[in-house]
Amino acid sequence: MAEAEESPGEQETSPSKPLFAGLSDISISQDIPIEGEITIPVSARAHERNSSTLNESVRHTIMRDLKAVGKKFMHVLYPRKSNALLRDWDLWGPLILCVTLALMLQKNSMDGEKDGGPQFAEVFVVVWFGAVTITLNSKLLGGNISFFQSLCVLGYCILPLTVAMLICRLLLLAGQGPVNFMIRLFVVLVMFSWSVIASTAFLADSQPPNRKALAVYPVFLFYFVISWMILTFTP
Amino acid sequence: MAAADDLAFHEFQEATNLLAETPDAATTSQSDKLTSREHVAVVVGEGVGYGAEEEEEEGDKTSLLQEEKPQPRFWTFDYYQSFFDVDTSQVLDRIKGSLLPHPGHNFVRHRLRNRPDLYGPFWICATLAFVLAVTGNLTLVLAQRRDPSIHYSPQFHKVTVAGITIYCYAWLVPLALWGFLRWRQGTRERMGLYTFLETVCVYGYSLFVFIPTVVLWLIPVQWLQWLFGALALALSAAGLVFTLWPVVREDTRLVAAALLSAVVLLHALLALGCKLYFFQPLPLQDHVVPAPQATPLSPKDLLSTPARPLTT
Repeated sequence: MAEAEESPGEQETSPSKPLFAGLSDISISQDIPIEGEITIPVSARAHERNSSTLNESVRHTIMRDLKAVGKKFMHVLYPRKSNALLRDWDLWGPLILCVTLALMLQKNSMDGEKDGGPQFAEVFVVVWFGAVTITLNSKLLGGNISFFQSLCVLGYCILPLTVAMLICRLLLLAGQGPVNFMIRLFVVLVMFSWSVIASTAFLADSQPPNRKALAVYPVFLFYFVISWMILTFTP
Repeated sequence: MAAADDLAFHEFQEATNLLAETPDAATTSQSDKLTSREHVAVVVGEGVGYGAEEEEEEGDKTSLLQEEKPQPRFWTFDYYQSFFDVDTSQVLDRIKGSLLPHPGHNFVRHRLRNRPDLYGPFWICATLAFVLAVTGNLTLVLAQRRDPSIHYSPQFHKVTVAGITIYCYAWLVPLALWGFLRWRQGTRERMGLYTFLETVCVYGYSLFVFIPTVVLWLIPVQWLQWLFGALALALSAAGLVFTLWPVVREDTRLVAAALLSAVVLLHALLALGCKLYFFQPLPLQDHVVPAPQATPLSPKDLLSTPARPLTT
């Protein structure tokens, strides 16, 4: 421990002296060894996480990420005003949903006709570039949401439309007809409004109040295009 | 937003003329920042060219609260953020202004008020491209319902074609127009010139009237489709002409007439191209036309078949 001789009291009693004049009297004596303990406070949880993610089983790692994705799916299906989707964003869910949607929209193009449905790459481009454009738009309008949070929300809110795609494919197994088309139209409309409402619930709060409609309209257009791709799918 | 309208700076005719003479002045209304009085700051600067740097000097400053910020460079995010500085009510107001043109109603001076935005042109073009592709597909669906022999396919490639066409038109034609007007301005000093962004804005908002027209083209009555198309073209071209007239009338009559007719012609070509490509006349007639032709052919066949053994 260092010894310091300070004389703060002297500063008040003798104002003619310059400030901190007593500091020149500080001396460290040579014969007292300086020793001690320095401990960096590490929280117990961080310490445990640092060692556990390296040693845990692969199954445990995958299950943890899958559970996070599943929890966010639940948040989308029952949209409440919560921050869970925004706080811990991840892009696994949007990737899984986009790949599933693109695979299901694939047509058996054995005849190789030119004007068919969207190819896998086209669906990918529409979804990801659409999401990036909407995010840029909302940021340029002055929203205070981060880039990846917005991508995360838009990607997760494709879930109702993926469910609609599944239902449409199952319905198309029963043959096509006007009744079939009306049922598919109804299902896609319901899921489309669900997607728009879910994403608006998360995104609308981040915009200034006189620009909410400007930020929500591109989201509407985005899900409208995806719904049209689903509705016009013919096997 | 009635309160904002009350506090907004309403331009009088002298101010509009002043703006026309000094095209680089920008009026900013501080209505959403102040509540008690309205302050107007007129800022005079150099041309706001696309990608050009701008140095602003405070001119006739009447507002004490407007702070001076260094103008952001074109590679920063804030530069582009200044083009999206619009409210919902302003965008709707501009759309209404494009739908109802009348002479003397200069879109740039009265609606844009020297504050062009990129939100309107970009999203109107996107909407128009998707609506074209979707309704073009829907006409095929409806045609197939009437005549099951027509082969239906989703035709997703039409989205790409529509997007490229609309965006190229809405960005390259204003670029050409702006370049041409700037070149002409080199010979005359008096013309009040629009900036590139204002030209893009005028074209973008003028395309809005085509969106409901394209939806109305779903009605399969041919003469009604042409009527709607002509109406939309008239409204849209009128908006463009009334906006460009004050700039062009100071030029020679020949150049002015040529420029305006070129603008209208390009617009008409776009409308016609969209109508013909996305809403093709349905192949319904192909099934009807060969039938009457088959009967006149058969007497000819009877005549020609005995002739062939004679020649061989």
